[in-house]
Amino acid sequence: MSVPDTATPIAAAGRSRTSLRLAALRDYGIVASFLALLLVLSVSSDAFLTTTNLLNILDQWSPTLIMAASSTIVFVAGGFDLSIGSIFGLAGVIAALLADKVGVVPAMLLGLGAGATCGLINGLLATYGRINPFITTLATMMMILGIGFVLTGGNLISVTEPGFTELGTGSFLGLDYTIWVAALFVGGCGFLLSRTLYGRYAFAVGGNPEAAWLSGVRVNRVRVIAFVLSGTSAALAGLLAASRVSTGQADAGGLNLALDAVTGVVLGGVSIAGGEGAIWRTGLGVLLLALIGNGFNLLGIDATYQRIVQGAIILAAVGVDAWARTARP
Amino acid sequence: MRTLTTSPRARHAAEEGAPSGAAVALENVGKTFGAVRALHQVSVRVEPGTIHALVGENGAGKSTLGKIIAGVHAPDAGQVIVDGRRRRYGSPHDALRDGVTIVAQELALMPRRSVAENVVLGDFPSRLGCLDRHALRRRYDALVEQAGFVLPADALVGDLRLADQQKVEILRALARGARLIVMDEPTAALAQEETEQLLAIVRALRDQGTTIVYVSHFLTEVLAVADTVTVLRDGRLIATAPAREETEAGLIAKMIGRSLDAAFPPRPAVPDKAPAVLRVRGLSAGNAIHDVSFEVRAGEVLGFAGLVGSGRSEVALAISGALRPEAGSVELDGRPIAPRSPGGATRLGIALLPESRKTQGLILGRSIAENVALPHLRHVSRFGVVSRRRERRVTSEVATRLDVRAPSVATPVGALSGGNQQKVLFAKALLRPPRVLIADEPTRGVDIAAKRAIYDLIVGLARDGMAVVLISSELEEVLALAHRVCVMRAGRIVSTLDGGDVSEQAVMVAAFGSDEAGGGR
Repeated sequence: MSVPDTATPIAAAGRSRTSLRLAALRDYGIVASFLALLLVLSVSSDAFLTTTNLLNILDQWSPTLIMAASSTIVFVAGGFDLSIGSIFGLAGVIAALLADKVGVVPAMLLGLGAGATCGLINGLLATYGRINPFITTLATMMMILGIGFVLTGGNLISVTEPGFTELGTGSFLGLDYTIWVAALFVGGCGFLLSRTLYGRYAFAVGGNPEAAWLSGVRVNRVRVIAFVLSGTSAALAGLLAASRVSTGQADAGGLNLALDAVTGVVLGGVSIAGGEGAIWRTGLGVLLLALIGNGFNLLGIDATYQRIVQGAIILAAVGVDAWARTARP
Repeated sequence: MRTLTTSPRARHAAEEGAPSGAAVALENVGKTFGAVRALHQVSVRVEPGTIHALVGENGAGKSTLGKIIAGVHAPDAGQVIVDGRRRRYGSPHDALRDGVTIVAQELALMPRRSVAENVVLGDFPSRLGCLDRHALRRRYDALVEQAGFVLPADALVGDLRLADQQKVEILRALARGARLIVMDEPTAALAQEETEQLLAIVRALRDQGTTIVYVSHFLTEVLAVADTVTVLRDGRLIATAPAREETEAGLIAKMIGRSLDAAFPPRPAVPDKAPAVLRVRGLSAGNAIHDVSFEVRAGEVLGFAGLVGSGRSEVALAISGALRPEAGSVELDGRPIAPRSPGGATRLGIALLPESRKTQGLILGRSIAENVALPHLRHVSRFGVVSRRRERRVTSEVATRLDVRAPSVATPVGALSGGNQQKVLFAKALLRPPRVLIADEPTRGVDIAAKRAIYDLIVGLARDGMAVVLISSELEEVLALAHRVCVMRAGRIVSTLDGGDVSEQAVMVAAFGSDEAGGGR
């Protein structure tokens, strides 16, 4: 939308009111929806607004929060990562297989390293390899899951080393480690995206890769880093989950977990086209999902309906995004 | 091929003494978009069988008016009368039923389908539910004969040049029985010889009785082709008059509401002892450029002229690290350089203002501050963290200096007008003053007032000792601003014109490689 140049330097730039209203709905719709659901659940269920329940939700959704935060960065940089569910499983498997042999901490670090490597390979294929990121990670999702099955022979890998469960079940100042890890990771991603050079470059690369490159941004490197971060975070989330049950399982995450993370990102109004988004909004998106699930449980509604509601909410969120873009004359 | 200056002026309908009903009459039409009033009480009569031009600065409302005629926008106030009947179109489809259609700036074609299929789209001849290819071909051939120009029926539209894609749109309009065609800035992206061809087609259509509403801001073209000219300013009607009574200067005065004393600022002389800042020797890259050599001195504006596709932009890209040269050398201040990326060139002090601000220059969804700071982010950050205060301060400073008009530097660049976007691009290049500025089409698609501001800026930078390379398809711009002009043809510099040798004639002769300057091919 252009405004005539007759405007003074301080004059308001004209934008259609409808589009402004839709843009506001897109930007703050997630806040309103989240608060509304919070209110409804608080009123309709006594069990909802209790410390135990709220901490349970957070604890349960910590892995998804972690993966959604780094997925946001991948989205912003114009990418897409479907393979995180498989990396989630593989990291747990590697840590579980090695914990008894090399010790808990080295095993977990190796699990993280495996996630980072998977991310690096995704990133290289999707940039220098010029394969569409969706296709790349669809393929690696299958391959990584397959590798996990090969390593485990299709079995659950139980860990006898008692220290293995510390990360998933221990707590500090009354909060589980998982919640601490998720909070730190999500906060770190928020800082990375909104305050650092890297964050700016990610927005530029997702918004207009050619302009970013001509402005001196190393486009492929920025994207590869996003994928490495994504792989590493999926591994971190996988380790938290494996540690909680002291078991490694190749298909612990799978496609559903990846889709939960992507759903959170989309509900947060992060643009699938790249170049737009914020971590805090993704955070709210995931928590909204969490509240829906919790609400269905507490109110005793058949869980089957949960999927239908989730799908409808995704359509509404993405629809508002699309309409806000095109409503401008 | 006729030239711009020798075309016979068409008979004006009024001269025929046949003041029959207007093809389209607009009465007190108004339209607002949000807070912006695009049109206010505009009344225009378009006579049948004439070329009626709508001119005005960017944002004057000329495109909006054209779109109202073609049913793309519905007016908020006033009436649209087509062939004597009041009409209220809800969509372009409604307008088409009355034989009114538009060839828009953004072409709406299917790139992976053939020319013939695109032309006849929506009305395929069929036999037993299958596409009848022979009938399709017959209908296409008849249309081509009517239109008077040739396009290969089986070529994929995506493989055609932009100018030919436009012809596909025109054929499509004819195929749908259009009697009035609105053409919105049809020549904005065309090279000169393509423009000539298009104007000839427009005249031929008129001579066959089609009415053309021609929206453009290229006044030379408008005066050459139009029978009637309507000037708009800030959404209001200023005047409608026969084209032959108008001059370029007169139109400009009406468009901006005052006479422009001089369209170009005076050009300061280059000091005799000014050293060469950029020296290029034997630069070659692929098929795009061959053996290109030139130098630019401090305080000098070196112009690059030539047809679109002659290799001008590739020279700019090769020097600024965006295109890897295969041979040749580049020296900056006497030291050889070989930037391997645009970032490397920026650090060395070579700034590029790319040809297309929307696809190559700006990130439209992000703020002015983020766009301006992007190539210089390291200088406003510490330990990888951007200092937002510092970023805001330095970008506000340069944006104010360049007179970027916006509520604040937090405004998204996409919300600005073309002229302001171009100024943001300049701000981005100049935030840390470079040694060499390469400006590729710096005034494309900006209005007259913003053009003058950009000219002043370029001249001012040269006066302060910057070496400037100015690439432009607008010849008068190059002639007025550049101290010397390199003319490119087919990837080579075929002529370097200096001082008294610089003239429109000399540049055209070199660019076309013949004596028939401006004659097309």
